Amino acid sequence: MQASSNQSTRILQPARPWFVFLSIAFALLLNLLPTRQWLFMPDWVMLALCFWSVREWRLLGMGSAFMLGIFMDVANGAALGQHALAYVLLNYAAVSLSRRMLWFPLSQQALHVLPLFLAVTGIQIFIRVLAGNPFPGWGQFISPLIATLLWSPVTLLLLAPQYRPDEHDDTRPI
Amino acid sequence: MPVFDHAPPPFFRRGPSPLALLGFYVALSIALFVLDLRFHALDILRQGISVVTDPLQRLAQSPLRLASDSFAYFRDLEGLQAENSDFRADWLALTPKLTRLQELEAENAHLRNLLELRAQDMADGQAARILYTARDPFTRRVYLDKGLNQGLQAGQPVIDTAGIVGQVTRVFPLSAEVTLLTDKDQAVPVQVLRTGQRSVTFGLGNGLVELKYIPANADVVIGDQLVTSGLDGVYPAGFAVATVTQVERDSAYAFARIIAMPVAAVESHNIIMVLKSRELPPSPETAIPEAAPKRTATSPRARPARASANPR
Repeated sequence: MQASSNQSTRILQPARPWFVFLSIAFALLLNLLPTRQWLFMPDWVMLALCFWSVREWRLLGMGSAFMLGIFMDVANGAALGQHALAYVLLNYAAVSLSRRMLWFPLSQQALHVLPLFLAVTGIQIFIRVLAGNPFPGWGQFISPLIATLLWSPVTLLLLAPQYRPDEHDDTRPI
Repeated sequence: MPVFDHAPPPFFRRGPSPLALLGFYVALSIALFVLDLRFHALDILRQGISVVTDPLQRLAQSPLRLASDSFAYFRDLEGLQAENSDFRADWLALTPKLTRLQELEAENAHLRNLLELRAQDMADGQAARILYTARDPFTRRVYLDKGLNQGLQAGQPVIDTAGIVGQVTRVFPLSAEVTLLTDKDQAVPVQVLRTGQRSVTFGLGNGLVELKYIPANADVVIGDQLVTSGLDGVYPAGFAVATVTQVERDSAYAFARIIAMPVAAVESHNIIMVLKSRELPPSPETAIPEAAPKRTATSPRARPARASANPR
């Protein structure tokens, strides 16, 4: 609840660009872990990209979303452009939604991003099936649901550096 | 109320409008998608990007690798000794067969020499380790720790101790992509070992393969062994591929539906062998002018011999 901007009484510090890029690099590394067998494993890059698109849309444009997508395509051995298309659309939709959804508490923010996450998976499956691949099963839609559940913890985690106090008080014990 | 509201006030103009950018990137993605899937024209781009992704992949795999390696290191010494003695026993048991094989090979080479046939392909290659499985849920592919730098080429067949695993489909500077024979796009020309009937297996995507284009009245029963026929010029002949597990004959269809289980541990192995590409025999058009004077010189009896030996 604390992190939604309508109820917080604090003014957050600005996000630091290096932290944004570091968190996305970390998400990329998480995505490359050998977790293919687990259907519930969320797409971490999608989660991080969506979060920073909502919060810091000046830092992450469609160009970076596209590059991240191409990177994921090569790393996953998927068709080139598959993740790129999904991520670009995700970025556009998330930036569009950002002015609206930040007024809601975290649980309802998660409801806002749920259709976006489902769409990211749905678009990829749709264009691959269109290209002649077999349908991989409805189990693929578990991971966007998990990603939605992770929206609140990820928000608290990624916003934590911005809750730092503005001035350091060296005499205070903590 | 417009939910998807993007437009900034007109006095804050920053480059092209978001909708135009979106159109541009969507078009670019779809163009890449079509170029890649339909025309397979982007392998250079993939190779370039893989130079960056490869080290990251290896980094991401390293915790797991470290865990399994340390587990192997601390494993009971007795277990290793037992395994070692088992290997010794196997080796001893195989020695007479090996001697016999050498003798047979020599005899075979001699006979083939007499028949003026091309020497059989020697199956050799290099061992490689599987780095990771592709995360793409639509395909069955794995990545090896060797690539262009170690001399791998696209098209090389891949085997394990039991039989065919798949084929190298893309090569990157430091790694290579192997499409398993259970992938939907992967076809392997085979023959039924018992009857010699030739066919092609296609992957089903769920760990099994299907034997296609076999007439409904053909002699195929459960338990039949399928081996490579060697007709494609990719896989050497005689390697085990799969065992028939299910045969359905429906009079409504011209073909029987035959499902087979791969012999090799296709979806779960660690070290595999990449065989060298076969050197194809010259195609008939180029071979005939050279062979023509010989054929006239020798008796016509050479022909039936050649024809009967060809299906090998």
